[in-house]
Amino acid sequence: MKLSDLTTRAGEWLRGSGPMSDVVISSRIRLARNVGGSVFVNRLSPVKRREVERRVRDAIIQSHIAEKRAEKLIYVDLEQATDNDRQLLVERHLISKQHAAAEGARGVAITDDETVSIMVNEEDHLRLQVLRSGFQLDEAWEQIDQLDNTLDEQLEFAFHPRFGYLSACPTNVGTGIRVSVMLHLPAMKLTGEIEKVFRAAKELKLAVRGLYGEGTEATGDFYQVSNQTTLGKDEADIIANFRDRVIPKIIQYEQQARRKLMDERAPAVEDKIFRALGILKSARMLAGEEVLFLLSHLRLGVTMGRIKSADVKLMNELFLMTQQAHLQRMLGKSLEGDARRVARADFVRSKLATVN
Amino acid sequence: MKGDCEGCKKPATYHLTEIEGGQKIEKHYCESCPHVAGESIAASSKGHTPINELLTNFVLAHQTGMGAGPTMRDVAECEVCGLTFADFKQSGVLGCERDYTTFEKDLTPLLARAHEGASHHIGKVPARRNNPASLGTAAGAIVKKKKPDLTKLKRELQNAVESEDYERAAKLRDQIRRAMAE
Repeated sequence: MKLSDLTTRAGEWLRGSGPMSDVVISSRIRLARNVGGSVFVNRLSPVKRREVERRVRDAIIQSHIAEKRAEKLIYVDLEQATDNDRQLLVERHLISKQHAAAEGARGVAITDDETVSIMVNEEDHLRLQVLRSGFQLDEAWEQIDQLDNTLDEQLEFAFHPRFGYLSACPTNVGTGIRVSVMLHLPAMKLTGEIEKVFRAAKELKLAVRGLYGEGTEATGDFYQVSNQTTLGKDEADIIANFRDRVIPKIIQYEQQARRKLMDERAPAVEDKIFRALGILKSARMLAGEEVLFLLSHLRLGVTMGRIKSADVKLMNELFLMTQQAHLQRMLGKSLEGDARRVARADFVRSKLATVN
Repeated sequence: MKGDCEGCKKPATYHLTEIEGGQKIEKHYCESCPHVAGESIAASSKGHTPINELLTNFVLAHQTGMGAGPTMRDVAECEVCGLTFADFKQSGVLGCERDYTTFEKDLTPLLARAHEGASHHIGKVPARRNNPASLGTAAGAIVKKKKPDLTKLKRELQNAVESEDYERAAKLRDQIRRAMAE
């Protein structure tokens, strides 16, 4: 399988097929791991760094993690990859912005369905990630737990009896787990209740971030809620907190806000939804931020049953394919300024031609 | 001149203290010459906001109590990776697994702040570690297989029933039965 195959279709998490996908875009779990007996990435010489990268790459390939799930594995050497390919992987949430921008021997292994990605030589030797559509934390944990066990057999991850799994940054030590749930909360934004989520999250020591994690703003009403504490709480506890308390509450608030909007402000909300559709169907130039904003309102219309000729899958696909690297890959050339805005508008118009 | 960048002589924004053969060497770099300073600066500018914030608070607290300047602990090197605690304060990342043992004392209050007061790992243990004979470098403590927490399981069961997730409830019921039989 080649990297170029990715642009022709959407990964599992974008299909909008998971539970509660009207509010929950995706569930993600990542584990920070380091190879036992090797110094961490930031202290590796270029030669040693390459050695670690090869060793981890071989371990991943030999573990047959993809074949066990009837998937194929693709390994991308990020040092050799083009800027656009690196950006493409960021847009698909398969690597971090930092990993794309870094230098030196590093890579990423991805399964066919894009549920699994393993960053090699990011801040830690390995960052395992499982990303699934909708609200599926238990499934994600089961999958990543097995993956972790399989790779541990070969790489004997650095582990300390008191501190647990050792990570380069002490904020990840212990379980090394980060659970992130991506939510679409347009109604709470419109009713001004979104502040409640921020306040509650802060009290619970959870982080709320934008579409691309650390250091990104919330755009298009997408919010990523994730845990910060990794020491002193076990994985099951951290996941249960998200699964049984935090996320169901946020979903409930968002659904209440959607109902409230329709009961009390139906004309104003419908106006927003159909204005967004109108602009998206007619604009000749669309900027990146603008398209996120408009698609967010359109997605709200789809999930509230106001727009029946489109589904969540199409919405998710539009969010992804209208981003810079995807547009460039689709058209096979680099696009700047106005040319990019024109290409984006053309693409959106073609996809929404039959939606009304 | 002290305080100017070693690369381009503009005012420096990074100040490093390195110890070479017992000699303290101060180095200064500006933001646009990171290549001169190598990886430690690259790491420090990578954006570890939370840990950097914690570190700043931590260093400030230390300085008011003990006077400014590097302490003996700051300049002690890890024998595996050569990292000093001063390096860590600068970059926010540790250099190898041994650092957790070398700097255990200094890291403990920092970890407590970052992790809601926690000081010990609870949770998954690599399968091979359940065999004490294979325990590696660290203190040599024996990690016991975690006993299931009955109260927690019961609480989860209640949650599952309330949310009408009967498949999960059945799984939890079996887990509780097994735990009680042990």
